Amino acid sequence: MQWFKDRDPKAAPHEPSWLKNLRQTGINRFNESGIPEPSHEEWRYTSLAPLREWPCRLTDSMRMITAADLDALLFVAGFDSDRLVFFNGRFLPDLSRQTALSEGLILLPLTEALKRNLPTLEANLGRHADGKDSALISLNTALFTDGALLVIPRGLRLTRPIQLLYLSDATEPGASIQTRNLIVAGANSEAVVIEQYAAFSDCPVFTNTVSELVVEEGAILDHARIQNENASSCHVGFVQARQAARSLFRSHSLSVGARLARHNIHTCLDGEGAESLLNGLYLAQDNQLVDHHTAIDHARPHCNSHEFYHGILTGAGKGVFNGKIFVRPGAQKTNARQTNRNLLLSADATVDTKPQLEIFADDVKCTHGATVGHLDDEPLFYLRSRGIGLETARRMLVHAFANEVIHRVPVPQLVEAWDQFLLSSWNPPPSGNAGLP
Amino acid sequence: MSLLEIKNLKAGVEGKQILNGINLVLQPGEVHAIMGPNGSGKSTLAAVLSGRPGYEVLGGEVRFLDKDLLEMEPEERAREGVFLAFQYPVEIPGVNSTYFLKAALNELRKHRGEEPLDAVDFLALVKDKMKVLDLDQSLLSRPVNEGFSGGEKKRNEIFQMAVLEPRLAILDETDSGLDIDALKIVATGVNRLKNSANAQLVITHYQRLLNYIVPDFVHVLYRGRIVKSGGKELALELESRGYDWIAEHAEVQSNLAPA
Repeated sequence: MQWFKDRDPKAAPHEPSWLKNLRQTGINRFNESGIPEPSHEEWRYTSLAPLREWPCRLTDSMRMITAADLDALLFVAGFDSDRLVFFNGRFLPDLSRQTALSEGLILLPLTEALKRNLPTLEANLGRHADGKDSALISLNTALFTDGALLVIPRGLRLTRPIQLLYLSDATEPGASIQTRNLIVAGANSEAVVIEQYAAFSDCPVFTNTVSELVVEEGAILDHARIQNENASSCHVGFVQARQAARSLFRSHSLSVGARLARHNIHTCLDGEGAESLLNGLYLAQDNQLVDHHTAIDHARPHCNSHEFYHGILTGAGKGVFNGKIFVRPGAQKTNARQTNRNLLLSADATVDTKPQLEIFADDVKCTHGATVGHLDDEPLFYLRSRGIGLETARRMLVHAFANEVIHRVPVPQLVEAWDQFLLSSWNPPPSGNAGLP
Repeated sequence: MSLLEIKNLKAGVEGKQILNGINLVLQPGEVHAIMGPNGSGKSTLAAVLSGRPGYEVLGGEVRFLDKDLLEMEPEERAREGVFLAFQYPVEIPGVNSTYFLKAALNELRKHRGEEPLDAVDFLALVKDKMKVLDLDQSLLSRPVNEGFSGGEKKRNEIFQMAVLEPRLAILDETDSGLDIDALKIVATGVNRLKNSANAQLVITHYQRLLNYIVPDFVHVLYRGRIVKSGGKELALELESRGYDWIAEHAEVQSNLAPA
């Protein structure tokens, strides 16, 4: 971690002074608090201790990525859409696609946007994801190397999703990658954005990413985030959305990789009639830990939020879910619903699930529920009684459990890729329910 | 070779012995009815034959097409040609009906060395069978049994039977919860599937179903044993005299039997 402390954020070229100041604040804040400890309530179940030992320098990989490499990646193939590709935190223009961009649509790497000092950057970057409360957000602000700027002009409805691909490769363990995204969805626009994180090597990498999303009046933004790092990496991701009146923000978080994954997904319903859907699926096996901390801030009246998170834990996998719902004074007629369901497929899998509701208005409807269970015996027997083998039957039921979440993602190619993944590639769950409590 | 031979089968569940020595032989082409009061062991018999986990075999053997049935996993039994029409078919949200049934049929075909059916051929195969059971095509695109009425669930069981064409069909109180119209449709479906190579074991509490699925043999189960067997008239006799008559008959039998 010393490498971080020694970095001089002001040394980055081509950056406007407002950003240099932001970065300095970031590094100061990080130096004050350091990597969060388990004594910090927000990190109680997820220890970042291993990270302290990591050198966390930039990666040294000399790999040349080709289009064929991309097509081989699990959830990437089959897309015919505009995309920005980043490798080890650096933009790859040759593999990116910015064809036929509609009038007013901005899809640029941040380094390019900063060269042009586009006003939306200073207006928004660092204004939504607050480093005051988070050392890792501060660290990202201080050290991000690149990322995406996407601005969808008012009224534009995109017909195809936009992909942001973040790929990594390392030869020495302990490299780190920090990237940043800013997405601004103009009033009454409609867009689907897919952020994906994947690795080419098995070397452990520390990825720390922040995405700030501004959803203006009446806009509809679907933001799908797919985490498929290698099994030894540490991935920390922040998504902070701020919604204006009558906007619809649908967040889809699909997390399957990394040894330690922490996803913070926050949205602020900052205008009447806004609506959020937080939809998530997490898979953990062997010694993986996957942690989702979500927060929905009902800042205004007449807003709806729905949250559905499903976890599938096998081997010695561990899941953490903490879902916060804030209803501020005056946020009357709030309708908030939170459901977290967990499927434990082995005797050693565990999950910690905690709803956290802070309600300061009195005319609201807030419900929350969490379940932790195993595969049902009766459906399993029913399938077997028709000739379907035990392993296949288990896969079908696991797939069914995940389906509810996956089928809310409005990208057919992605849904298809996930169906295939769960029905064939994902490590089969262990046989039988024997030994389960 | 007989289709099914049950020899002195003893079995129980949760530490309690329920079947106390069942003996039964089914030849191909036959329909056998098993009747009995609640607690006599009807469900246990269906469960043990289909391989439902949780049931313990305590003695005896069962041979199906001269193979040891009790040694086989539930899916093996199904692939060999045993079919259980459930008394309470479970709903399976998230598992598409077509996907499920096609997978099941293709497992059967694989077992028999046949090529799997693709989606188009499968749909052609099932369309007519659905009509016979008065099931709407739309049910095929729904999750298994989800939102089905009681009658639809039972008809769905017989529809699956029509698709999988088992050698031995065990109908576990298929008539429970059905009105007369649904009963007739189910019975029609079952009767159409009967042929000289397969057999049906119809487990029922009431005689009414047997007006429509006419049995060759009727066996009365009481306290885990078959205490009386006869032709289809036995069902009518049972209906007029009630199960108490059997109880008395069984007491007499056990008093006469060697200790």
